[in-house]
Amino acid sequence: MTLKSEPYVINVGPQHPSTHGVFRLRLTMDGEKIIDAEMIIGYLHRSMEKLAEERTYTQNIPFTDRTDYLAAMTGNLAYVMAVEKMMEIDVPERADWLRTIMAELQRFASHCMAVGTFANDCGTWQTPVMHMIRDREKILDLFEMACGARLTTNYMRIGGVSRDIPPEFLPALAVLLKDLPKRVKEYEDLLLNNEIIIARSRGIAKLTPEEAIAYSLSGPMLRGSGVAWDLRKADPYAAYDKVEFDIAVGTNGDAYDRFAVRMAEMLQSLRILEQCADMITEGPIHARMSTSTVQPVGDPVAPLVIRPPEGEAYARIESPRGELGFYIVSDGGIAPYRFHIRAPSFINLTPLKKMTVGATIADAVVVLGSVDIVVGEVDR
Amino acid sequence: MPILAKWYDFRDLGNAIGALQDQILDWGAPDWVPYVVSGIIGVVGILLWLLVSQIIFIWIERRVIGLMHNRIGPNRVGPMGLLQGVADAIKLLLKEAITPRATDTILFWAAPIAIFIPAMVVFAVIPFGEGMVLSDLDVGVLFFVAIGSINTIAVFAAGWSSNNKFALIGAMRQIAMLISYELVQVFAILGVVIMVGSMRMVDFVEWQSGNDVWMFAIQPLALVAFIIAGLVEVNRSPADISEAESELIAGFHTEYSGIKFGFFYAAEYFATFALCGVIVTLFMGGWTLWGLEEWVPGFLIFLTKLYAVFFIFIWARGTLPRLRIDQLMAFSWKFLLELMFVNILVVGLETLIWREGGYDAATVLPIFAAINWVLAIGLAIFWARMLGHGTASSAGKRATLTQELGAIYYEGAGTPGA
Repeated sequence: MTLKSEPYVINVGPQHPSTHGVFRLRLTMDGEKIIDAEMIIGYLHRSMEKLAEERTYTQNIPFTDRTDYLAAMTGNLAYVMAVEKMMEIDVPERADWLRTIMAELQRFASHCMAVGTFANDCGTWQTPVMHMIRDREKILDLFEMACGARLTTNYMRIGGVSRDIPPEFLPALAVLLKDLPKRVKEYEDLLLNNEIIIARSRGIAKLTPEEAIAYSLSGPMLRGSGVAWDLRKADPYAAYDKVEFDIAVGTNGDAYDRFAVRMAEMLQSLRILEQCADMITEGPIHARMSTSTVQPVGDPVAPLVIRPPEGEAYARIESPRGELGFYIVSDGGIAPYRFHIRAPSFINLTPLKKMTVGATIADAVVVLGSVDIVVGEVDR
Repeated sequence: MPILAKWYDFRDLGNAIGALQDQILDWGAPDWVPYVVSGIIGVVGILLWLLVSQIIFIWIERRVIGLMHNRIGPNRVGPMGLLQGVADAIKLLLKEAITPRATDTILFWAAPIAIFIPAMVVFAVIPFGEGMVLSDLDVGVLFFVAIGSINTIAVFAAGWSSNNKFALIGAMRQIAMLISYELVQVFAILGVVIMVGSMRMVDFVEWQSGNDVWMFAIQPLALVAFIIAGLVEVNRSPADISEAESELIAGFHTEYSGIKFGFFYAAEYFATFALCGVIVTLFMGGWTLWGLEEWVPGFLIFLTKLYAVFFIFIWARGTLPRLRIDQLMAFSWKFLLELMFVNILVVGLETLIWREGGYDAATVLPIFAAINWVLAIGLAIFWARMLGHGTASSAGKRATLTQELGAIYYEGAGTPGA
């Protein structure tokens, strides 16, 4: 005998413990099985791209803190790189090193949150995420040392960085670099080989490399599917061409592999940081700009108002979530004519329907955790 | 007055109650009066203990989880935050208990009460000390199993009446889980019952103290299965699938607030205490501790063991991720149940040999223990291998590191949804 049953709709979010913000997933369910999934975004839309057209190039930097609020440094970096590309500014070497250090610290901090919340979604009662927040706090302390802010750093400037690191920064970084590998080892023991995490995430939300490329995924999502692609190597920026590191790739393309890739990248970040701490050079931290672009006459080292020449530029970096790109069009004025963000969280969400349909609601949460979205960046 | 003399014997509160009963009979009261009076004293005593324990354990659990989380935990209310449980209770009492408009109001109100009562009633059969069992039923352990499954009705009533899909899914999951794990629990108990030859809770303790051995040394498999089944039954992590915070918000009690939620919260604690009490009675020698019960009150020994077992539950909650519902069910039907069958068979054979052969307990029990431990470990490993666990392909794997840009390392191994 078969009982008559009909599908029902369940709203996961916008207020739900596992949507990492105000993301909404409208699931049509047959029992515990998902037969249709619809993503509804826009609950955190702040119209950043339009707002940026009304503000000067320097004033736009704080916006980039607030798109991906778990990785403010990389947001800053991608934006200033786009403007620098448009203005053809050469950044001094020390600034490049500082940018690399900050970007890698930020990657570690962001992956801490990603892995921690992923474990939370798998059902650990907050323990891994709390331990990882502890490590993230130490990194945020370093940010505070460098620029006074912890979350919305506003550190990068067009042509360099806002200020030099204090003398106690590098010793503190060295202490941290001694400490963190042990911590990562601990997390690997606790999570990577955890039977239940493996049971929950292996084989879930599989994407083949072809699919991953077709969905134009990037970052750990793409690498989890086995494609060795990393903009730090493919299109080196800052000081990444001077350091050695490996690309971490998965072999199954499932949720577990994305998580494993993030764990491996945490170690690679530490490896890069060690090299940066050794190789960092002395020198200016900000490029001098030609006075013709600085309006009014102003300070050529830290200008408040700049007028890039007419034209357009696209700069991309490997943010913790994937390829973060800024596309900027200038009409020669003090504000961008068009300001567009290629947000990796948003694009990595596109295969969500494919990944969740056919799975159960418990899997859907794990899948969402493995995508590692930041809704501030999805909605902008 | 003989009653006064016995009051001082704090080793066993049962003595004092017994003395009181004698005294009441001396005064010429009918037979039922001492029975009722001692019953009421017992009920009030157990309830007071439960409430106090719960309030203390709210604090202990939150502090211990806090330590595991690498944070401080509640430390503001009272010295070291000790009054946190009281503050929580007051908060829950004072908050508005919202009843959403579209609920089935009667069931919505009945569910918290229906889950609360069985959680308390179970304590009637738990022997806290020698003579300190409220109702010394001949089928005490069966009573525990029977009452323990009533809470499912309450959970389903809560989930259904809430008119909330998350609550309904949670309730359905709870029923599915309970059907699976009730069997495991009963079979785990059956192994002990076969060996002891009785279902009276007191007999389990006396058997263990009489043979100078804890049951878990003889039947480790039964203990492990019983703890896992118990975790499912009381809905604590890693088996808190019907609450499943990250998936179902709060599962079956999503819509509950105020004191109605407080009842669910308290009932979960009470059920966990009861479960710990049964584990201690069946597997850990109850109120006895190799003669120490002559010097220390038996109920203190019992409570110490109970709290120690409770700590394991807190520990599990702070450590383990949650399984998916189908995996948890598969674990019961494919793994635990089979092991329990083998356990019953082996224990039955051993008991038969023991009784028919008329051997001395001191000679056979160590042999049985050795056989069962080897069997437990061997079987668990063997069966897990049979199910595909513990092999190279099921082990955790670090990401592959490469320098080769643009290469593809996809192997496509593994089956979806495995």
